[in-house]
Amino acid sequence: MPVRRSRLNFVNLFLWVLGGSILALAAFGAFLTIQQGRLSGDQWQTLIVAGIALGSVYALLALGYTLVYGILFMINFAHGEVFMWGAFTAYFAATALNNAGMMASNPILAFVLVLATAMLVSMLVAVMLERIAYRPLRGAPRLVPLITAIGASLTLQYTARGFYGSGVRAYPDFTLFDGSIALGPVGMTVKQFVVIASAITIMVLLYLFINNTRTGRAMRAVSEDKDVAAMMGINVDRIIVTTFAIGGLLAGAAGILYTLLFNQVHFFMGFLPGIKAFTAAVLGGIGNVIGAALGGLTLGILESLGPNLLLTGYGIPAPNQLKDVIAFSVLVLVLIFRPAGFLGRKENV
Amino acid sequence: MDPLMRRAIITGLLGGAAVIHIGLIGMIDAFQSRDTIADVLTLGALLPILIALLIGWRSGGPMRAPHIIPTGRRAVALGALGGGTTGLVITALALFTTTIDVRWILSNASPSLAEELWYGQGAALGSVLVIVVSAAAGAAGAALHVIPGTIARALTVGGITAILVALMEPFVVAVLRNIGLRFLEGIFYAQGGLTLIGFVLVFAITAAGTYAWATRGRETKQRVAAMPPDRRRTGKLVVYFVLTAFLLVLPQIVGSRLSEVVGTVGLYILLGLGLNIVVGFAGLLDLGYVAFYAVGAYTTAVLTSAASPAFSPELPFFGALPFVIVAAMLIGLMVGTPVLRLRGDYLAIVTLGFGEIARILFLSAWAQPLVGGAQGILSVPPPIPFGRDPQSIYYPILFFCILAAVAARSLQGSRVGRAWNAMREDESVAEATGINTVTYKLLAFGLGAAFGCISGALFATKIGTVFPVSFDLLVSINALALIILGGMGNIAGVIVGALVLVGLPELLREFSEFRLLIYGMVLVTMMLLRPEGLLPSRSRRAELHEREDAEDQYEDEAGEETGQPVVTT
Amino acid sequence: MTTIGDPTGVTVQDAILRADKVTMRFGGLIANREVDFVIPRGGIVSLIGPNGAGKTTFFNQLTGMLQPTSGEITFEDTSLVGRTPHEIVELGVGRTFQNIRLFGAMTVLANVMVGHHVRMKASWWGSLLRLPAVRAEEEATRQRARELLEMVGLSRRYEEDWAKNLPYGDQRRLELARALASEPKLLLLDEPTAGMNPGETAQMTELIMRLRDELDLTVLLIEHDMKVVMGISERITVLDHGELLAEGKPDEIRANPSVIEAYLGKGATTA
Repeated sequence: MPVRRSRLNFVNLFLWVLGGSILALAAFGAFLTIQQGRLSGDQWQTLIVAGIALGSVYALLALGYTLVYGILFMINFAHGEVFMWGAFTAYFAATALNNAGMMASNPILAFVLVLATAMLVSMLVAVMLERIAYRPLRGAPRLVPLITAIGASLTLQYTARGFYGSGVRAYPDFTLFDGSIALGPVGMTVKQFVVIASAITIMVLLYLFINNTRTGRAMRAVSEDKDVAAMMGINVDRIIVTTFAIGGLLAGAAGILYTLLFNQVHFFMGFLPGIKAFTAAVLGGIGNVIGAALGGLTLGILESLGPNLLLTGYGIPAPNQLKDVIAFSVLVLVLIFRPAGFLGRKENV
Repeated sequence: MDPLMRRAIITGLLGGAAVIHIGLIGMIDAFQSRDTIADVLTLGALLPILIALLIGWRSGGPMRAPHIIPTGRRAVALGALGGGTTGLVITALALFTTTIDVRWILSNASPSLAEELWYGQGAALGSVLVIVVSAAAGAAGAALHVIPGTIARALTVGGITAILVALMEPFVVAVLRNIGLRFLEGIFYAQGGLTLIGFVLVFAITAAGTYAWATRGRETKQRVAAMPPDRRRTGKLVVYFVLTAFLLVLPQIVGSRLSEVVGTVGLYILLGLGLNIVVGFAGLLDLGYVAFYAVGAYTTAVLTSAASPAFSPELPFFGALPFVIVAAMLIGLMVGTPVLRLRGDYLAIVTLGFGEIARILFLSAWAQPLVGGAQGILSVPPPIPFGRDPQSIYYPILFFCILAAVAARSLQGSRVGRAWNAMREDESVAEATGINTVTYKLLAFGLGAAFGCISGALFATKIGTVFPVSFDLLVSINALALIILGGMGNIAGVIVGALVLVGLPELLREFSEFRLLIYGMVLVTMMLLRPEGLLPSRSRRAELHEREDAEDQYEDEAGEETGQPVVTT
Repeated sequence: MTTIGDPTGVTVQDAILRADKVTMRFGGLIANREVDFVIPRGGIVSLIGPNGAGKTTFFNQLTGMLQPTSGEITFEDTSLVGRTPHEIVELGVGRTFQNIRLFGAMTVLANVMVGHHVRMKASWWGSLLRLPAVRAEEEATRQRARELLEMVGLSRRYEEDWAKNLPYGDQRRLELARALASEPKLLLLDEPTAGMNPGETAQMTELIMRLRDELDLTVLLIEHDMKVVMGISERITVLDHGELLAEGKPDEIRANPSVIEAYLGKGATTA
């Protein structure tokens, strides 16, 4: 008896051809680039380190998407804006401390203070978002909260624009973090080191929190089954708010780390990192905490390395213009070939 | 404390927060330059009053849990309390901005804001005035519950109309001049807004009209319904004829500047009708719709412009259009195929990604030899035999809008439309009922793309140049917002949505800065309070309110959102 | 005519559907193990078994919503394995769902008209242009839908109401009308009387028999209500733990000791 599990239909064929040719082109591009020796070993290393630094910011943001998704099965489209508010807050806090001279006299305390205010404000924004925009719509058809989220995202963006103006603001420098250091053979700027180290610390703390505290266990229970969790006496509403709050804290941290790397804040800055962090969450397997971290790092490295590795070989001009195309292509490819991501559960897609 | 008073105060505080918000984003300041009633009331001063009115209306209204309906004086007093609380917050904001300078953070928290909030009367008198006026507005709002419903509705409609008519001053004046009714201008309008007499007249006329319709409307409707079918058909034909005639002479009536706006609205109606097929009919939330608009515009530019960098056959506009449509449908299928298996929210993000990819590619140095990169493509010819001036390009836009509306309507009531709706309701059951969901999804994407690209083509030929900056995400958001405001799946809704969300900001310069903020708020409020849109289609209405015990829970939660304290029982 | 020997020993001359060693595995869980199954043309056959016996899984494989891990399903000499649900509807298999699944926010009439989708020919451009043939077909479909609504006993009063606003029993009827609109030769009913009171159940049973006769149908139903099963079925198949336990006429099943042990023993006490 013939066993036919799935058919090779037009759509599948098209997708495989599309995905296969993108991968083949990418591989061939990488081959050409390496063969032509466009970049030196040092340059590769620099790109990879930059990618890891950027990727750890994406990872922090992706965790916010994944935590919320794990519990509510909704994409918090406005998460990028929560991040932007954190970055703006960090900017004002840093400027105030700088004017007060604290940044020069006590730089480490200043950094911690800035980090704390940014995280706090992002948390407040995230909690307000949940309370005003999402909670009333729990249980509504899927499109409804998604559209609300898009609306909330615009509202937050343009409120920031109205409050703070539409210009790009340059960050005051943490002179403490100037210069570069070497970890063994790998050299990096101090800023990159601070970003990577802070991100790793925060992620480890989060992991411990989820696995070892009562609230963390309750969060996992709610993400397994809301109704059962409620029957076990868990206050589901409170857990959901907590999840948003944690996502907000992480986004705030991501906000200041991102501005450390790029040195400027702008009301529209949340959009692209938001989408990319979502991509990272999908890449790692949405709903999965470790997956989000892995996905973030992968995407950061791909974005940093990708244009140079995959495109220069073809002699494409200004490949860095196309780095966002690479990130979006990753999203599309993952959803075609492995919608569950690295570590996700299949039924979530 | 008495729960009603508690609610009034909390609602009032929220109203205050709303005023702080619009004050700090600079809306009050920006609207200060536009009079509602000349020399009496600017729009900037009116906004806080309207908010206080709304707060009063909520504070004096019925409460759900515990179930209490305040009546008579008590309701009015509660309204005054709510409004007064808002007034207090406004005073606090004004005092704050005059005493502490945080302009390096909040660029609008300036003493001039305080002056505006105090009606230019200084701290002492101004504070008293603000509180008194807000409390009075709150009381008036609450009074709407106390007076008979038909009168309340008539007053509301009259007030809203009068404010709108005041806002439209430059354009109504232009129209009046064009149709030879200039003498009315002197009665109704002064520089920047309505005259006091004009305001009262507009208010009185619309309020009386609404009241008359509310009391006599049913009779008229019954009389129409009782007419024999052939007479009703004649009546319909007359309406269509008048409407067509009106649309045909519209550019001549409204003049060049306003025709330009009407043209832009038309382009968005086309976009909205196309997106409505994808989102409203088939239930696929496409956030990358701008890609089709861009493809339409760029294909047109490449095929018609002599300045197209690589390939320039210099076809006439209508010669190029078939190619444009085919190209867009192909792109629609290309985008549609990879997302076939994705669920709603994933689909939204992936299509958003596609939209961004399109924009980045058009902008990139890599594609510059073909589409001009950041320099774009210049000198796209007008759609001969029509010229490029707003009053004549209006006609091809009108033509395609009507065509698209008729097409969408035909599809909606056909086998195809039903299949789409079924898919939107429950994809797997639709498949099990015999619908080839793959085909119908692709068809939705393809047809939606065709509409979008026609809009893009008209855009290119209307503007005469094509730049990548014209095709950012906001076009998609704009189209989405307008179909949601009008009501998903509803064709008339698309037109209303485009008029409100595209037409008004184009007309009102002061609004354009806050356009996207307003879109965002429209999306959130519509989803929270009225997900079926202003003009819901029958079927959509049921779906979006879908939940157990729908209405009650809904209002409860909507109440929570606006700060009504909800005591759980 | 293929003459696969009926595994249960009864040779069915004119089978409309045959399942041969159908196995469905979800990871480590086996929902159906080598199920052999035959439905004679024109008959009313019931599929029974305790909860979790794999009945609905088996149904979903017949309608293409699941693909069997191994085994073969043939409908009138056409293999159903690897076909999509809509292709199977087109071949002539209609179904209803255990938990009613209507297009809730569409009108009652539109629900039935969607059911007729596979038998309609209007193309998208024909619909776009409102060609005369398309309009005629649309009108004929509307008429047919009304006839079907009448046949299942739904008042015309409801036809412009949203499907989700109908009372429960009427929703079942509507779902049946939607399935009938696809002009099936084989109708699969998943617990058609679930949640109904005895009066409604009797009406539904009577309706199913009448429809079979009037529309020349073959009916396969999953049912828990033993009174319905015994009253309506010409043959009964019993599944237990995903495996075929017994097959035969109602009397034979009633007398089958292993069935009594696995199912009726428990069912008889609760019935």
